[in-house]
Amino acid sequence: MATTAKPTELDPRDFLAIDALLDDEEKAIRDTVRRFVRERVVPNVGEWFERGEVPRELTQELAGLGLFGMHLEGYGLPGASSVAYGLTCMELEAGDSGVRSLVSVQGSLAMFAIWRWGSEEQKQRWLPAMHEGEAIGCFGLTEPDAGSDPGSMRTTARRDGADWILNGTKMWITNGSIADLAVVWARTEDGKINGFIVEKGMPGFSAPEMKHKLSLRASVTSELVLKDVRVPEENRFPEISSLRGPLSCLNEARYGIVWGAEGAARACFESALEYAKERIVFGKPIAGYQLTQQKLAEMALEINRGTLVALHLGRKKDDGTLLPEQVSMGKMGNVRGAIEVCRTARTILGGNGITLEYPVIRHMNNLESVLTYEGTHEVHTLVVGEALTGENAFR
Amino acid sequence: MKIAVCVKQVPEGTSLKLDPGTKRLDRSGEGALNHFDANAVEEALRLKESAGDAEVVVVSVGPAGAADALRKALAMGADRALLVSDDAVAGSDLVATSRVLAAALEREGADLVLFGQQASDSDGAVLWAAVADRLRRPLVSQAAELSVADGSLRAKRQTEFGYDVIQAALPAIVAVSDAINEPRYPSLKGIMGAKKKPQETLTLGDLGVDVGQVGEAGSKTEVYEFSLPPSRGDSRKIEDDGKAAEQIVEFLAEKRLV
Ligand SMILES: Cc1cc2nc3c(=O)[nH]c(=O)nc-3n(C[C@H](O)[C@H](O)[C@H](O)COP(=O)(O)OP(=O)(O)OC[C@H]3O[C@@H](n4cnc5c(N)ncnc54)[C@H](O)[C@@H]3O)c2cc1C
Repeated sequence: MATTAKPTELDPRDFLAIDALLDDEEKAIRDTVRRFVRERVVPNVGEWFERGEVPRELTQELAGLGLFGMHLEGYGLPGASSVAYGLTCMELEAGDSGVRSLVSVQGSLAMFAIWRWGSEEQKQRWLPAMHEGEAIGCFGLTEPDAGSDPGSMRTTARRDGADWILNGTKMWITNGSIADLAVVWARTEDGKINGFIVEKGMPGFSAPEMKHKLSLRASVTSELVLKDVRVPEENRFPEISSLRGPLSCLNEARYGIVWGAEGAARACFESALEYAKERIVFGKPIAGYQLTQQKLAEMALEINRGTLVALHLGRKKDDGTLLPEQVSMGKMGNVRGAIEVCRTARTILGGNGITLEYPVIRHMNNLESVLTYEGTHEVHTLVVGEALTGENAFR
Repeated sequence: MKIAVCVKQVPEGTSLKLDPGTKRLDRSGEGALNHFDANAVEEALRLKESAGDAEVVVVSVGPAGAADALRKALAMGADRALLVSDDAVAGSDLVATSRVLAAALEREGADLVLFGQQASDSDGAVLWAAVADRLRRPLVSQAAELSVADGSLRAKRQTEFGYDVIQAALPAIVAVSDAINEPRYPSLKGIMGAKKKPQETLTLGDLGVDVGQVGEAGSKTEVYEFSLPPSRGDSRKIEDDGKAAEQIVEFLAEKRLV
């Protein structure tokens, strides 16, 4: 259909003009988070990454913006749309995947678990405090010997009078050492999976930080060690006793990753584009060479395509029609695409591409974690494969 | 206490375009809240927070799209917005604009009117003086500190050599410097709540301002011609490898500037 609308000017940062698909409120939220990331994260995150730390103030600042549990409703939570939440993840991850992980784990894993499966008392006690950043949460599902197959978990919960006694070890737990509460999934004596809120300071519970990571360094990753930890029955989620509990939470967080990955990719693309226009080699800017242009064109293509996928899934989520398998496809495609974009950006920056002076190798390394957590690329491939064929190829 | 904050919607980004037809700034693209005005909004919110019971109303004269800039101020925490929008206002210089703004402020009857130091598009830094003159109110500009107590304000006015400390009776007008504070980030709830706050749009007729007194007819200035500044062809970029200062001195000496 022909129209008389005047085409707008092409924006290299938004090639397909996806912005036009967002409403004013979505843009306002996006712009605020973008400004925050530009002013508070980007200038410092290289140093945080190098030192392997996240400053405590950052948590308070993120809470001040109201981002923790932003897409949940009730209990004083903002109830923003899924698209607004996705845009937030994208902007945060344009700063660093670690910062986005902090917000994802707090909102989509720990808060969502309580919001969806918790008792009324648990919700009243924790959700407002977590939104304000007064309480930080973590989510303990993975174990040293149970990652992609969480059903094989060994952490146990044994009934003892009115309480439960928890034993086991969780591994790779984001926010673990800074958390005031841990959502821990454990197997009860009847073989079922139950969720418990384990509070900091409960005797027998510790959360030592895992060191020596070369990815997601601006994020705290920990072990959760549970040795005869006595947890009262009121800390158990009453509404769920199967793997569907943790899986529902992961589906929430994964949705944020579908967006977040595009943020990391965009940051690398913009860095590479700027660099290519300025870097003179063989007497002209490398942006003028066909090989570089091909790289930039492919990167832009991938980012625009991925962002459209994210937005489509977001609209479906807001409609209530989003299926977990569709989130799997989104995570699978977008994280793979983003990692490819970051690696290509790295090559454009030459030697400078391997330093923390530029964001690219940091993003590139971070995305290795993103490729693996919240269901590995392979696992999502198998989810999509099963949905296509009806054949389960997991085991 | 009622505090009015005057804010302007300016074209987003750093590269401004002039329309050769109208000889006016091209305002067709995306707009943003003038960042100097964000300092004024922030200061109003701080005064409100310390006073306890104050109303902050943001006021703008501009095209319909200026409602976006007002909404940003509402998202930061302002209580109410007033936009004066009328096709006849287009092309007003500061004399004509001050007439419209003064009429709107008269209607509001605020105890304190705040401005940012300048608009980032026209860089006039004088509208507040014209408005103060029309309203016959005391004016403090370049305020780097501001407090209000017992019907008067106290401001530290930044000067080249230090500060003037000025006291003035309310109602009064203050143009704050951009050093006065660090504007807050609007919170998510602030953004989501902004559209539910009262937002009023008025025409010149509503304010009783005569159409002939605004726009080009009501303006004292006329733009004959404009041209872009010549490109800085002979600029040189010095990467600091520890010797940048030396190189700069050398360069200035070469040009006989030192
Ligand atoms: C930085 C970081 C933060 C994390 N944060 C958290 C957190 O907060 N909470 C939490 O619970 N977990 C967290 N994780 C754990 C993460 O979810 C797991 O690492 C992930 O699920 C993979 O598990 P695994 O490492 O045990 O790998 P494994 O499951 O051992 O997989 C090893 C390899 O085998 C592949 N594979 C597995 N099954 C199949 C199959 N059937 N067919 C083909 N290939 C297969 C995998 O795709 C992978 O390539 C985090 C991980 C990292 C790296």
